[in-house]
Amino acid sequence: MSPETLILAALVLPLLIAAGIAVMGWSPNLREGVTFTGAGVLFVVIILLAMHVAGGERPELNLGQAAPGLSLAFKLEPLGMLFALVASGLWIVNSFYSVGYMRGNRERNQTRFYICFAIAIFGALGVAMSANLFTLFVFYEVLTLSTFPLVTHKGDAAAKRGGRIYLLTLMGTSIGLLLPAVMWTWVLAGQNLDFVPGGLLAGVDISPAVASALLILFAFGVGKAALMPVHFWLPNAMVAPTPVSALLHAVAVVKAGVFTIMKIAIFIFGTDLLEATPAREFVLWVACFTMVVGSLIAMTKDNLKARLAYSTIAQLSYVVAGAMLADPAGWLGGSLQIAAHAAGKMTLFMCAGAIYVATGLTNISDMRGLGRKMPLVFIAFMIGSMSIIGLPPFAGAWPKYELMQGAIDHGNVYLSLVLIVSSLLNIAYLLPIPLLALLPPPGTKEPKPFKRPDGAPMPTVVAPLITATLCIILFFAVGPLSDFLAPTVGDRVDYIADGGQP
Amino acid sequence: MIDAILNAAPAWALSHAAPLLIMVPLFLAPLLALVPTGRIAWIISIAATGISFLFALILLGLVQTSPIGVVSYEVGRWPVPLGIELRVDALNAMILLIVTTIGLLSSIFSWPTVVAEIPKQKRALFYSAFLVCFAGLNGVAITGDAFNLFVFLEISSISTYVLVALGSGRDRRALPAAFNYLIMGTIGASFYIIGIGFLYAATGTLNMHDISTHLPELAGHRSVQAGFAFILVGLGLKAAMWPLHQWLPNAYSYSPSFVTMFLSATATKVALYALIRFLFTVFRPDYGFEISAFSAILMPLGIAAMVVCSFQAVFQTDVRRILAYSSVAQVGYMILGVSIGTTAGLSAGLFHLVNHAMMKGALFMAVAGVVLTYQGTTIRDFAGLGRSAPWTMTAFAIAALSLIGVPLTAGFQSKLQLGFALFDQGLWWAVGLVVFSSFLAVIYMGRVLEAVFFQPPVNPRKARKEAPILLLIPLWVLALANLYFGIAADFPLGLARDAAAAAFGVEAFR
Repeated sequence: MSPETLILAALVLPLLIAAGIAVMGWSPNLREGVTFTGAGVLFVVIILLAMHVAGGERPELNLGQAAPGLSLAFKLEPLGMLFALVASGLWIVNSFYSVGYMRGNRERNQTRFYICFAIAIFGALGVAMSANLFTLFVFYEVLTLSTFPLVTHKGDAAAKRGGRIYLLTLMGTSIGLLLPAVMWTWVLAGQNLDFVPGGLLAGVDISPAVASALLILFAFGVGKAALMPVHFWLPNAMVAPTPVSALLHAVAVVKAGVFTIMKIAIFIFGTDLLEATPAREFVLWVACFTMVVGSLIAMTKDNLKARLAYSTIAQLSYVVAGAMLADPAGWLGGSLQIAAHAAGKMTLFMCAGAIYVATGLTNISDMRGLGRKMPLVFIAFMIGSMSIIGLPPFAGAWPKYELMQGAIDHGNVYLSLVLIVSSLLNIAYLLPIPLLALLPPPGTKEPKPFKRPDGAPMPTVVAPLITATLCIILFFAVGPLSDFLAPTVGDRVDYIADGGQP
Repeated sequence: MIDAILNAAPAWALSHAAPLLIMVPLFLAPLLALVPTGRIAWIISIAATGISFLFALILLGLVQTSPIGVVSYEVGRWPVPLGIELRVDALNAMILLIVTTIGLLSSIFSWPTVVAEIPKQKRALFYSAFLVCFAGLNGVAITGDAFNLFVFLEISSISTYVLVALGSGRDRRALPAAFNYLIMGTIGASFYIIGIGFLYAATGTLNMHDISTHLPELAGHRSVQAGFAFILVGLGLKAAMWPLHQWLPNAYSYSPSFVTMFLSATATKVALYALIRFLFTVFRPDYGFEISAFSAILMPLGIAAMVVCSFQAVFQTDVRRILAYSSVAQVGYMILGVSIGTTAGLSAGLFHLVNHAMMKGALFMAVAGVVLTYQGTTIRDFAGLGRSAPWTMTAFAIAALSLIGVPLTAGFQSKLQLGFALFDQGLWWAVGLVVFSSFLAVIYMGRVLEAVFFQPPVNPRKARKEAPILLLIPLWVLALANLYFGIAADFPLGLARDAAAAAFGVEAFR
C-alpha cells in the first residue's frame, strides 16, 4: 500500500472502529473484538508508516481545502510518528485493560465509552500527522470534545463539575489564546500555516516583542500541555474512569498538548527565532516553576489519582522546557520524554485502577501492606515510579539526561538544578507508595479483604506489567529512537564533536 | 449544479430571471388573499419561494459565467439611467440566494407553527403578507435604482409590521412591538429617502451605478456628504446597527415563530447589504469622509454591538430574547468586518452574514419547535428537553456551537476569516474583543444548553415530544449546512470573496 493510502487508513480506521463498536453494542464480546482487531490493525498501519518515515520519506495527504489557503492536510515526520506510535500502541494495551476494569467495576454505558475512546484516538492521530497549524487545531478540538463524555462518564454531580471545568478550560484557552495565535501566525507568515522544517517564521522579520507575545499565546493557549496556571483541568479530569486517565490524561490528550508545543517550537519558530525571542526564557521559567510546584502539590495529595495527576503536570513541563531550549539536545530530550513518560505514567494509572477494582481503595494511606496481596501490581508500580524518577535502566533516564545536557549547553544551568530537585521530589512522593505496600513496617494493620472475591481481574494486572516492560525496553532502544528522531530535532554530530555525548 | 440548472432553464427564464424573481411572489401575494384556506396558501407560498429560489440560482450562474460579472435588466426597456435597472453582480446574487433559500425553507417549516399561532381566517392573509415581504426583500437586493430600493424597502417593511403584529394571538405584547418597529422603521426609511434626495440634488440621477460615476468629481460636495450621513443612519437603523437596534429584541420576541425565524435570517441581512452597496459601490471606501466613517463610526459601533449586546444576552431569561440580542451582536461582527475597509474584511463580514443566516435560522426554527410543543420560551421551559426532544435539541446544539464559533462549524470559519482580516491590518486588539465576545456567547448559549441537556425537566408531564417532521426537515438542513460548511467552506467563502470583489469593483481574487 502506498503511504498516502496508509495515512488515510490511519484516519479512517478509528472512525470505522467507532462505527463498528456502535453496531456491535448489543454484544459486549463482539464489541470488544471490534476494538481489539481494529486497534491491532491500526497499530500495524502506524508501524508501516513509521517504516516509511524511517526510510527518509515524508508522505503527504491533502484532504482538500476547508477554505482557500486552509487545507486539511497531513504530512508525516518522525516526531509525529513517535506520538502516533505511542498513542496507537498503548491504545491496544489500554483496551485490554479497559475490558477488565469496566466489567470488573460494572460501569454503565460501556458502548458509548468505547466509541468516544476511538474518536479520541482519531483526534490524537490527526494531531500527530497534521501538516499545518489549522489541521492541528481542528483535531486538537476534536480531541477535547470527544473526551468530554469520557470525563463525565459517571454522570454524577462531581463528574459533571469536573467535565465542565475540563471543557471550559481547554476550550477557553484554545479559542481565547491559541486561535488568535494561529490567526496571527497566518498573517505574519504571509497566509501560510504549514509546518516547515527550520521554522515557518524563520525568514520573516518579526520584532522580539511580537515573537514574545506570540510564543506566550501559544504556550498558554495549548491548555493540554498543562503549564501552570492552566493546569487545573487535569486534576479535575480525574473523575473519569481510570482507563481514561491512563490513556488520555497520561498519553493522548496531554501528550497532544506538549506535542503541539514541540511542533510549534520546531516547525513554526525554529531554532534561530526561538533563540531571539525574549519570552522563551519566561516560558522556560514557568515550566521550571510548574515542575517544582506540581511535584510539591503532588506530595500533599493522599488520593492516588490526584497525586499522579499533579505528577503528570510536573512531568509535562519537561517537554515544554525541552522545547524552549531550542537546541537538538533539548528537543530530543523533550521528544523522548513524550514516549518515556507515556509508558511510565500509564503503568502507574493502570496500577491505581487495578487497586481500585480489587479493593475500592483510592487513598495512599490505606494501601500499606497491600503489596503482599497484589505483588505484581506493585512491582509494576515500582518500575513505573523508577522510570518517572529517571533511574536507569528505565526509559525516564534518557530524557532527563538529554535535557540536562541541553540545559548546560545552552547556558540555562538552573534548569539542570530544577531537574535534579524535581527528581528528588519524585522519589519522595512516588517511591514510598510501592515500598510501603510491598515492605510494610512492622505493626501495620492487615489490609481490608478484597471487594471482589477474586481480586483484580487478570487484564488489569497484565496490562501494567506490559507497559512496565516497555519502560525497560525503551531504555535500551534509545539509540535507534534517537536516530529515528534526528531528522526532526536536528543533527547531534556537532555535539559528539564537542565530546558531550556518550 | 448551477451549470446543470443553467442548461436546463428555458431561454425566457434566462433572459428574464431578474424581474421574475420578484414578480412571481409579488403577483401571487394578492391572489393568496382570495384563496379560501390557509393550507392552499401555504402550498402556493412554497411554490412561489421555490420558483424564486430557482431564479436566484440561475442569476448566480449567469453572474458567474458573465464576462463582466454583471447581469443588467432594463425594466420596460426604458434605458438606464432614466428607467429602473435591475442589476445583479456577485454581491447581490449571494444575498438573493440567501433570502430565497431561507424563504423556501421557512415556508416549508411554517405550516405547523401557523396552525398553532394564527387564527384560521387570517392564515391566507398571513401568507399573502409573507410573500409581499419576501418579494420586497428580494427587490431591495436586486434593484440598481436608489429610489426603487426605497420602494422595495417600504414594501418589505410595511408587510413586516403586519407580520409582527399577528403575533398578538399568542402574546399581546406583539402589538406595541410592531408599533415600535413601525415608528423606528419609518424613521429609518425617511432618513434613507432624505439622503437619496441629497444625492439626487447633487448628481441628477437615481441609478446607483450612474451616481457612483458622478461622485468622484463631487467628492467635497456638502450635499453628497450630508446624503451619505443620512443613508448611513437610515440603513443602519434598518440593519439594527448598535445603538439603533432597540426595535429588534421586542419585534423578534413577540412575533409569530415563523416570522421571527424568517426575519432574523433575512431582514437585517438585506438592509446590511444595502448599506454595503452604498458604502462600497455608490460611494467608494477611499473617499475621505468614508474612511473617517469607517474608523470613527462603524468600527466602534460594531465592536460596541459585539460586546454590549452579548452582555445583554447573558442576562436574558427568554431564549428568543437571548437570540435576538445575539443577533444584534452578530450584526456587530459583520459591521466590524465591513469597517476594516479591505476586501478581506468585507469578505469576512459577508461570509459571516451567510453563516449567521444559517445558524440563526436553525436556532429560531428549533425554538419554534419548542414553542409549538411546550408553549414556552424561557430557559426554564427548555430544561430537560435534551431527553424529550433529542432531534430538535441536537440541531439546536449544533447551531448554538456554530454561533459560539466551535471548530468544525460554519461560525468558526467566519470568525477565523474575520480574525485573519483584522490581524492583517494590525488590529490585534479587535481580535481580542472578538474572542471576548465569543466567550460571552459561550456563557449565554451555555446557559441554554446546560438547561437542555443537564437539568431535569421542570414539568414532569413532558413526555418524549419531538417537533413535527415538517419543522425538523428544514431545521436539520440548516444544522447540517452549519457542519458541512464548517468543514468545507469553499462554496460560501467563495461567494463572499466574489461578492466583496464585486463590491470593490475589482477582479475576483479567489
